[in-house]
Amino acid sequence: MLHLIGQAVDVGTGLQTIGKGLVIGLAAIGPGIGLGVLIGKSVEAMARQPEYANTVRTTMFIGIALTEALALIGFVVFILLKFA
Amino acid sequence: MTGLLAATFEPPSTKDFVFGCRFSLSIGSLDLCFNFIILLLTLTTLFVLAFFYFGLRKPKVVPGKWQLLTELGIGFVRENIATPMLGHEAAGFMPLLATFFFFILFANLFEVIPGFSLSPSSRLAFPFTLAMVSWFTYNGVGIKRHGFFGYLRNTCIIKAAPWWIRYPLLMPIEFISNIIVRPITLTVRLWANFLAGHFLLAIFFLGAWFFFQTGGIAYLPGIFSYGLGVVLVAFEIFVAALQAFIFAVLSASYIGQAMAEEH
Repeated sequence: MLHLIGQAVDVGTGLQTIGKGLVIGLAAIGPGIGLGVLIGKSVEAMARQPEYANTVRTTMFIGIALTEALALIGFVVFILLKFA
Repeated sequence: MTGLLAATFEPPSTKDFVFGCRFSLSIGSLDLCFNFIILLLTLTTLFVLAFFYFGLRKPKVVPGKWQLLTELGIGFVRENIATPMLGHEAAGFMPLLATFFFFILFANLFEVIPGFSLSPSSRLAFPFTLAMVSWFTYNGVGIKRHGFFGYLRNTCIIKAAPWWIRYPLLMPIEFISNIIVRPITLTVRLWANFLAGHFLLAIFFLGAWFFFQTGGIAYLPGIFSYGLGVVLVAFEIFVAALQAFIFAVLSASYIGQAMAEEH
């Protein structure tokens, strides 16, 4: 325990580190919900109308790509904060 | 705690993506640098050329192995990417879309090939160049079809909205999202996926290596980390194909929207 107190980190640096980590976590919430709704509805549509499964799947992937971009922008911000 | 973990763990950082020049060439003020990324891109280009050359060198009615593979790939691009997005105008854009798909697919697959373990897509310049090709194509096609101001009117103005919301609010939003943000999201999607993928694989395999080096009880998390890494390699192969597909599909969709008549 003593050696931990010896190299006590100053509070500002610690909070900064927590904040950097929170960026990607918070950025993942919205797209996570969005992806859940999107894929769930697509599965429902494919189950109801199996003959349209291919069309629904293509549209679903486009939707996934558009939703996922938000989370990835959060990841980019995290990378910039962490390494830049 | 420090006694248990003997080896030092060095987490992966963005330094892993920076390579020095193997040899460089200076033309005036222009410095051409041949580094590891350029080597990967050269190999990708050769693979794509070989894929199409050996597949379609002597096309037969009853295809051989390579021809079958190439035809399957081209058929996939036509059935799932070009035709749903572009309809009867799909044939004209097949070369571009097929090149996008296979070029990005082969470039992405370098992420999981042992000895390379890095995709050129994880450097910003490669996806950005491809996104700019897509951007110039869909804007050029739209301008050619509707004229410059006709194309702007077509993309930026939504007829269905009432005028007081159409001009002050929707017009700038549509302009920014259609002209400015689209190439950025195309770039960032491909780039961040492979940056994150490389970090993910590096974390788990470096972690496994670190635990095995430490030995003793640390073998257990080491085995867990290694197993998860192997699963993630399979996941990254899926992501490689998915991202190539999505880049081509979105390009096709942007081209289709640019060519569409006023709605």
